[in-house]
Amino acid sequence: MLSQESLQQIDREIAKYPPDQKQSAVMSALRIAQVEKGWLANETIEFVAGYLGMPAIAVYEVASFYNMYDLHPVGRHKITVCTNLPCALSGGVHVAEYLKEKLGIDFNETTPDGKFTLKEGECMGACGDAPVLLHNNHRMCSWMTREKIDQMLAELDGK
Amino acid sequence: MSTQGMILAGCDGDRTWRLQDYVARGGYSALRKIVADKTPQDNIIAELKASVLRGRGGAGFPTGLKWSFMPRSFPGDKYLACNSDEGEPGTFKDRDILRYNPHAVIEGMAIAAYAMGAARGYNYIHGEIFEIYQRFEEALAEAREAKLIGRNILGSDFSFELFAHHGYGAYICGEETALLESIEGKKGQPRFKPPFPASYGLYGKPTTINNTETFASVPFILNMGGEAFLNLGKPNNGGMKLFSVSGHVNRPGNYEIPLGTPFSELLEMAGGVRGGRKLKAVIPGGSSAPVLPADVIMGCTMDYDSISKAGSMLGSGAVIVMDETTCMVKALERLSYFYYEESCGQCTPCREGTGWLYKVVHRIEHGEGRPDDLDLLNSVTGNIMGRTICALGDAASMPVQSFIKHFASEFEYHIENKKCLVPPEVQHAGSNIYVSPSC
Amino acid sequence: MLEIEIDGQQVSVEDGSTVMDAAHQAGIYIPHFCYHKKLSIAANCRMCLVQVEKAPKPLPACATPVTAGMKVWTHSEAAVKAQKGVMEFLLINHPLDCPICDQGGECQLQDLAVGYGGVASRYQEEKRVVFNKNLGSLVSTDMTRCINCTRCVRFTVEIAGEMELGQAFRGEHAEIMPFIEKTVDSELSGNIIDLCPVGALTSKPFRFSARTWEMSRRRSVSPHDSLGANLIVQTKHDVVKRVLPLENEELNECWLSDKDRFSYEGLNSDERLTTPLIKQDGEWKAVDWQAALEFAASGLRGIAKDYGPAAIGALGSPHATVEELHLLQKLARGLGSGNVDFRLRQTDFRADAGRAGAPWLGMKVAETGELDRLLVVGSFLRKDHPLLAQRVRQATKRGLLVSVVGPNAEEWLLPVRARALVAPSALVDTLAQIVVALAAEKGVAIDERLSGFPAQAGDDARAIAASLASGRKVAVWLGNLAVQDQRAAELQLLANEIARLAGGTAGVIGEAANSVGGYLAGAVPSADGLDARQQIEQPRKAYVLLGAEPELDFADPAATVAALGGAQLVVALSAFVSPSLREVADVLLPVAPFAETSGTFVNAEGRAQSFVAVARPQGDTRPAWKVLRVLGNVLELAGFDYNDSEAVRDEALAGDIAARLDNRVDGVALSAVAAPAGALERVADVPIHFADPLVRRAPALQRTRDAAAPVARASRATLAALGLAGGERVRLAQGAARAELTIVADDKLADGCVRVAAAHPDTATLGALSGAISVERI
Ligand SMILES: Cc1cc2nc3c(=O)[nH]c(=O)nc-3n(C[C@H](O)[C@H](O)[C@H](O)COP(=O)(O)O)c2cc1C
Ligand code: SF4
Ligand code: FES
Repeated sequence: MLSQESLQQIDREIAKYPPDQKQSAVMSALRIAQVEKGWLANETIEFVAGYLGMPAIAVYEVASFYNMYDLHPVGRHKITVCTNLPCALSGGVHVAEYLKEKLGIDFNETTPDGKFTLKEGECMGACGDAPVLLHNNHRMCSWMTREKIDQMLAELDGK
Repeated sequence: MSTQGMILAGCDGDRTWRLQDYVARGGYSALRKIVADKTPQDNIIAELKASVLRGRGGAGFPTGLKWSFMPRSFPGDKYLACNSDEGEPGTFKDRDILRYNPHAVIEGMAIAAYAMGAARGYNYIHGEIFEIYQRFEEALAEAREAKLIGRNILGSDFSFELFAHHGYGAYICGEETALLESIEGKKGQPRFKPPFPASYGLYGKPTTINNTETFASVPFILNMGGEAFLNLGKPNNGGMKLFSVSGHVNRPGNYEIPLGTPFSELLEMAGGVRGGRKLKAVIPGGSSAPVLPADVIMGCTMDYDSISKAGSMLGSGAVIVMDETTCMVKALERLSYFYYEESCGQCTPCREGTGWLYKVVHRIEHGEGRPDDLDLLNSVTGNIMGRTICALGDAASMPVQSFIKHFASEFEYHIENKKCLVPPEVQHAGSNIYVSPSC
Repeated sequence: MLEIEIDGQQVSVEDGSTVMDAAHQAGIYIPHFCYHKKLSIAANCRMCLVQVEKAPKPLPACATPVTAGMKVWTHSEAAVKAQKGVMEFLLINHPLDCPICDQGGECQLQDLAVGYGGVASRYQEEKRVVFNKNLGSLVSTDMTRCINCTRCVRFTVEIAGEMELGQAFRGEHAEIMPFIEKTVDSELSGNIIDLCPVGALTSKPFRFSARTWEMSRRRSVSPHDSLGANLIVQTKHDVVKRVLPLENEELNECWLSDKDRFSYEGLNSDERLTTPLIKQDGEWKAVDWQAALEFAASGLRGIAKDYGPAAIGALGSPHATVEELHLLQKLARGLGSGNVDFRLRQTDFRADAGRAGAPWLGMKVAETGELDRLLVVGSFLRKDHPLLAQRVRQATKRGLLVSVVGPNAEEWLLPVRARALVAPSALVDTLAQIVVALAAEKGVAIDERLSGFPAQAGDDARAIAASLASGRKVAVWLGNLAVQDQRAAELQLLANEIARLAGGTAGVIGEAANSVGGYLAGAVPSADGLDARQQIEQPRKAYVLLGAEPELDFADPAATVAALGGAQLVVALSAFVSPSLREVADVLLPVAPFAETSGTFVNAEGRAQSFVAVARPQGDTRPAWKVLRVLGNVLELAGFDYNDSEAVRDEALAGDIAARLDNRVDGVALSAVAAPAGALERVADVPIHFADPLVRRAPALQRTRDAAAPVARASRATLAALGLAGGERVRLAQGAARAELTIVADDKLADGCVRVAAAHPDTATLGALSGAISVERI
């Protein structure tokens, strides 16, 4: 279900917690699973549950509570734009509008070629770098301008 | 990066986060000294009390006092948790601490563990800053390698295991008991208190939770002495503090300055109001703190007492600056959406009330306000505040109450005229919040 | 103890109490939704906010610990303002269409809204809509009504022992749900209906069939397992519409098993027998009672005359009432036959000769909570005794350590400290090993009856003995499998010895509602009489059958069908007809199921619980005690002149019941018989929803996971030894008896065993519930 490499990563996370507290690794396990699979299908959630000895619904609770998990398929590149007040005061919403226009999609939509998904994000703790956006949950892009967005999209389009 | 201040002083190079660089800046000397001298636990706590370090996570609770709550002779594990979940809109200081000086946090936690007899600690890192989480993991590896954490620290019989836990997108996990639930592998839903974490914390064990900046301040305090730290700031407001300045300023960023510095100086450091425009309002302590109009904030100094006297909170030290082009209704709408979106859904007033607040503010912003909406908002916030499990209910209510209080005419104008008091072109020129069709 | 003041009243409460506890003690009601005395405290609904002196804000009574000298106002202006504020929030997204809600009239939200709700809603926005979930055949959902109190979630985790529901998503989007596409399959699932304070979770079988105020409510007692759960039965126009728990802290607490709750549907089954029938020339004919009873009486009289009274056998169900079983044995004995029994699935009756009294639990049900060590022998505890298992589950949270001996290790949703997973033939030896190990632990000699028994304690037995030895309050329970075992008498003897050595009590959990009552009613053979097994192995000319179905309720279905089929006369008193009854019986007398008769069950702890009819008997049905009384009259037997069922009960249960309960057995010899090498042994569970004729006919229960068609199970090692792969169809054989099933791998079984359910139509053609069985690929 998950690659050997992912399982090793999960095991490393499990080792951070007391031996009877495997469940503590569930957030990391879901993150690792999502990186491998692109999103969290029910089978993936069930697998993680089995791996950590948790009820499936308990894992689902976690997967549906934290908003960086994707319970539905997303494009190869998920772009999450912060539009919270501090960012908005510095152009966050314009960045979002520009992305919508360039990609031809709204928030929570994926381009027909399956490449891009656009999400609206909440404060990323980087308001000083506004506008900011997050690529695939793990790469923060700061001080986004139209030019930088053009450049980023061109780069990602090739991947 | 600013080179002034305390925690971030000298952090302007490329590799300031490395152990070697930290040590060169004097890092780990406090821990070494404590371990070598076998400093009594009480002395450390006394030093912290003398420093009047107040928690940097938002509530401003005296850290030394908090540490003294940990049961001394508890059989079994005690825990530490560092709160790097920084999700309060406007706050971005902990990210920079972890980015440029993670070892200060590690050293601070190790000292705290020593002082409270904690065997294990976790640093809970905000979901969206994965790169910082990775860097912190690397810093931990360095520290472990150098025997600064782990078994028998620096050859002594003091052991402390420290790990990083990565969040994945939930503001509420900044609330300390939600954070503990999250580390336990559950939804981040706050716990009812009592019992407090000092008696029933992580895995049901005594636990102390402090903010990243709080922990990072500890080595400096021990090096300079509590008294000296206190004197950096002003009475009852000890030390230096990081302020995250965002919004309509020319140089947004973190500024580490003595508590008690006039707001006007901070504004100047941040390059003043963008485009030379007029200051309209400032949220001085993160989005949950009541907004203050320009004239009020301009008379404040940046410390807990002054801001509190002015009717707001220093909170996490996140200063959101808004100039005259800002529509306050729109600004509030965005904040209300945030709390609606981030309510954990556990307790009734917050789960139901945050949605109600947002929907009414949204309606007003979209030209569908009703004459009694402001009364309704005040009443609904009144029914939320003080009745929830955690402080998110209050956090969601205070912006609403303060925006209405200080900018009533803007709201009334909106309700009556179905449009912004600040004309769209002005908004466009200045603030960059989107302009809704009704405006 | 702490002194506090609540609404001006001084109360002294225990340390660690909450304000809610204190209010309860003072008789003050604080409105609440999420709080439930049996569940952990969530403090999420916030309805119980009260004013506390010096507290800057209102505090939730359910979660606030009392402190000395605390002053609380539960109905002050500040408190009521807070409560009203919460009520408004609860209602904004809740549909206000009580008239079409199934909970209408018994809704906590509705009730409280009357007192705390505002006049008109200030909420003018769109209401939230939540999609419904399919939780299975018992619980219906209307999730838009959910107020997220999480009682149901906490129930599944804490009481039922398995998290089957959760609260997914967050904030306003929070939703109670099972994992995608899963249903709630717990045998206790129906309790979430009671727990739900609103109409989000309601009873599927009951849905929209009546309003609570249209129904009459009567108390009754569950006729199923030996716990004796107390019921409230609700009827409308003499039809049972719903069954709810009647709270009894000493027995069912506030819970019911799904079987107790939903079996009432069987009362209205198409298979109800509602007129007396007699078979003439192979044809069934409806007759009036008079004719039927005369037919039966003259038949019995004829057999007694032609073959002697010993040619008559009487077999009653352990689910029959004390009154019924008492009159059944009295009838048989009145005819001169001592062949009476009610232990229909039992095979070993050697203990009868030396029984000191009726076998029982050996302790109060409620004392389970005080145990610190428990050994369960031969039981499907969770499914056979759901509420007792629940008590054990709770007790484990307070430190009870459970050990288990048996061929089965299916999930009980409670921690098992030590386990000996052994084939039925090794049960006696395993208990003997525990005795030896325990004697060693305690440094005492072994009872002489056991000396010479070649038991060398193995690791499992030693671990169990070590656990028991360290207990302060210890119990040893024999489950249904143990009681049905071919060496039940020896197991009883050994259990007694283990309990003695551990300083605890030995007990028999008891299979059915009247497993103790049957003994007290005297429905056991006389010294010269035949027990249930002998009556089948040595077929009688005539049988009186009470409330049992030949192919489903006996230890050896094939033999029973043959014996009854070969008899000249079978008089069957039954609430239901079935093909097998039509086949074997000659007279079918329609008798009332529990809801339509008065009667008494004596539960596992020896508690006699009488109940009255909650509905009129259907059609020409009569209460069985009356039928037996009249039959006694027709037969002109002495002592059959009772005015009411109470008179029958008083006769049957005369004297002190407690004095008649005793698990000691004497004169049972231990034998060291080794199981035939390589032979496969049958392990038969009686599936929860097939255990008696009533529950078999409850449609909603029959659609649950627990009622799935049986498969044969064997460990992987056993399958490998048989050269079988899981998933294959196999033919099972016990002598000439055969059945075909799919076999699956199940490592929760001892090697060398095949688990094949009994009491199910698919396996009714098989033989004994225990003993040798063979398996071959089809
Ligand atoms: C909704 C909510 C969000 C919070 N978020 C944070 C946060 O992101 N970081 C933080 O340090 N404290 C946060 N807090 C405060 C913590 O609960 C806690 O008081 C703090 O971490 C204690 O550390 P300190 O004493 O060092 O400030 C939050 C509190 C609430 C109610
Ligand atoms: S106040 Fe909001 S965030 Fe806090 S526990 Fe209640 S629902 Fe959750
Ligand atoms: S009953 Fe106390 S908060 Fe729900």
